[in-house]
Amino acid sequence: MAQTDKYYVPAQSVWPIVGAIGLFLIGYGAATWISSDNAQASWIFFAGCVVIIFMLFGWFGNVITESMSGLYSAQMDRSFRQGMSWFIFSEIMFFLAFFGALFYARMIAIPWLGGAGNNVMTHEVLWPTFQAHWPLISTPGGTSTTAMPWTGLPLINTVILLISSITLHWAHVSLEKGQRGPLTIGLGFTVLLGIIFLGLQVQEYIHAYQDMGLTLSSGVYGNTFFLLTGFHGLHVTLGTIILFVLFCRILKGHFTPAQHFGFQAGSWYWHFVDVVWLCLFVFVYIL
Amino acid sequence: MTMESSIANPDMTEHGPHHDHKPSGFMARWVLTTNHKDIGSLYLLFSFAMFLTGGAMAMVIRAELFQPGLQLIEPNFFNQMTTVHGLIMVFGAVMPAFVGLANWMLPVMIGAPDMALPRMNNWSFWILPFAFTMMLMSLFMEGGGPNFGWTFYAPLSTKYSPDSTAVFVFAVHLMGISSIMGAINVIVTIVNLRAPGMTMMKLPLFVWTWLITAFLLIAVMPVLAGAVTMVLTDKYFGTSFFDAAGGGDPVMFQHIFWFFGHPEVYIMILPSFGIISAIVPAFSRKPLFGYASMVYATASIAGLSFLVWAHHMFTTGMPVAAELFFMYCTMLISVPTGVKVFNWVATMWRGSLTFEVPMLFAIAFIVLFTIGGFSGLMLAITPVDFQYHDTYFVVAHFHYVLVSGAIFSIMAASYYWLPKWTGVMFDEGLAKLHFWCSLISVNVLFFPMHFLGLAGMPRRIPDYALQFANVNAIVSIGGFAFGLSQLIFLVVVIKCMRGKGEKAPDKPWEGAEGLEWEMPSPAPYHTHLTPPEIK
Repeated sequence: MAQTDKYYVPAQSVWPIVGAIGLFLIGYGAATWISSDNAQASWIFFAGCVVIIFMLFGWFGNVITESMSGLYSAQMDRSFRQGMSWFIFSEIMFFLAFFGALFYARMIAIPWLGGAGNNVMTHEVLWPTFQAHWPLISTPGGTSTTAMPWTGLPLINTVILLISSITLHWAHVSLEKGQRGPLTIGLGFTVLLGIIFLGLQVQEYIHAYQDMGLTLSSGVYGNTFFLLTGFHGLHVTLGTIILFVLFCRILKGHFTPAQHFGFQAGSWYWHFVDVVWLCLFVFVYIL
Repeated sequence: MTMESSIANPDMTEHGPHHDHKPSGFMARWVLTTNHKDIGSLYLLFSFAMFLTGGAMAMVIRAELFQPGLQLIEPNFFNQMTTVHGLIMVFGAVMPAFVGLANWMLPVMIGAPDMALPRMNNWSFWILPFAFTMMLMSLFMEGGGPNFGWTFYAPLSTKYSPDSTAVFVFAVHLMGISSIMGAINVIVTIVNLRAPGMTMMKLPLFVWTWLITAFLLIAVMPVLAGAVTMVLTDKYFGTSFFDAAGGGDPVMFQHIFWFFGHPEVYIMILPSFGIISAIVPAFSRKPLFGYASMVYATASIAGLSFLVWAHHMFTTGMPVAAELFFMYCTMLISVPTGVKVFNWVATMWRGSLTFEVPMLFAIAFIVLFTIGGFSGLMLAITPVDFQYHDTYFVVAHFHYVLVSGAIFSIMAASYYWLPKWTGVMFDEGLAKLHFWCSLISVNVLFFPMHFLGLAGMPRRIPDYALQFANVNAIVSIGGFAFGLSQLIFLVVVIKCMRGKGEKAPDKPWEGAEGLEWEMPSPAPYHTHLTPPEIK
């Protein structure tokens, strides 16, 4: 595992253009699928997903081979770490857009519709019977729904994610100490907790749709609820897949106490997803 | 390279200075490339193609507006032209041109062997042609392409938009993915790949301005992704983020959009500041005046850019306190911008100036960008903005900062570095013709728009009242002249690319400084494989 001093500049690679084609198929397929009733367009979307998965296998495969054969210097490792940190920062900003929408609707749009500030006439002219409140159980347009309580499933899910962060950290510390047993167990538990979280989230969605009348189209409360928890759920799904891949790599004997950027990145991503959930739990469920 | 690595990767090219060969074959060279110079060239050529495409749409707009009354096209198609013209120029021409310049020049300027993540770099580029193909395809779909303006305000984009809006949304997603990956690459390259001794405060200003631009990109492109996603769900999935009947608010769209949009306009001008800060000292034969203050001014502009977004929305309904806050913050931006203009002028002061083409464009930039800045200050004043809002005054303002600002700086940069890229000097006669034609026509095109706006002509409208007829005819003539002038640039660039011209020396500009001038022209395929020592 000798390390080179030179910064590794890879030779030509087919994966970027494969990835670009995959993204195009996903984007174009999804767009035509959504905007027309043409069900065949969905195949373009799924074909794109297959291409992207193929690309990920190939690209990461190359990176792993290069890393294992010692082509990466400490400087390269820093590039990966910094790149991953900035990627997580961009993810934070993505969630911020939806949190911003939640805060704006709650603190500004709904009070104004209820006549707050100098908006008495807005209230009188548009929807005089509308009462401003949060959660927005009945919208100005007349849709009604029920609010999701924070006790029950959401609280259990919070505990699950918190425990998963601890087990993951335990795995990380074990990796740094070179203890492969606890590493494998800790990571395995984390993946399991991720899957349980997702299962419970599906339960929650089914409960919301079938019993509570809380749907994606039930006003801005339902909108922010489902988009925030939904995008979070997508990130948990991705995070679980990442951790599962790391788990398989650990079973194959990859990563050393000194060199384990892949594990580090997956771990950072998981902790980030966990923090987003805590914000969600506070601002979407409790407050 | 160690033995193990060459065994593990028998097909990898050896990256020694004596192995300076380019890969043979079109696919290997351009599609599969990981070379920052090739990717830079791809970005620049793509951006030029988009510039001409978006420019053709501008010609359609100006032809329609040449005379009052509906002349050539349907109003709906006119709206599609203004929308797609804006989107293409912002995301397809200006931004990729800067990324191309960054790709070509940053590693060379800081003594790095390549960008930090070369494969991702190629991915960032190749997403773009697909994204813009999608966007242009939507023009030919049933119901037409996007027609709600490049700002896609709700409810225009949610309730009254064509069926193809989903295509627009995903095209924007692809552009965003490309921009974020490109920006991550830029930041990591600058932070991690500087040659030993290249401390932060020795960086050329182009590198500094790009570092800050990349930060802005990573901070706001995801917010744009959030905005288009909410438009998508509002239009197709029954949400009501931007619909008051469901407890949302169309004004909320504008807040989210401009939280992205205002930093975005600085994304399109900060790299220009870096370019001008390279060219002005070179042709004044003096070091840049106030280097450190330039760095701090750039950072202040970037910081303030997050606090001014609602100056685009003075007329849409906000508490007075908020309007005042955004007005004062906006006016504050003129301080760091003023520092920059002062420093450029002070750099020229008592320099031994010569007026080669890059310098001509740079000086034109300083004067015309300042005009655009002043009209920006006028627009920043809340009470008078009530008159200017959504008139041609706004169109004049942002075209002064974007065309005679950003685009002129890209022209300046192209002429400045073309000898380094291609190894031949450009045709100076044609280049000067290009400059003077552009300079005159750009002012004929955009200056009278100020008067149209003050007199009350609204923007984004295919027809207008008779009293605006004469000025509109003049503006259109300026527009056609400006469009034709860019074909001269096309000829200049093609001649250089084909190697027609005088051989360029390593350092064609006497007063130029920086690592890029200490290597042969054209720059070798791989540079700084061993990092240079910076003293």
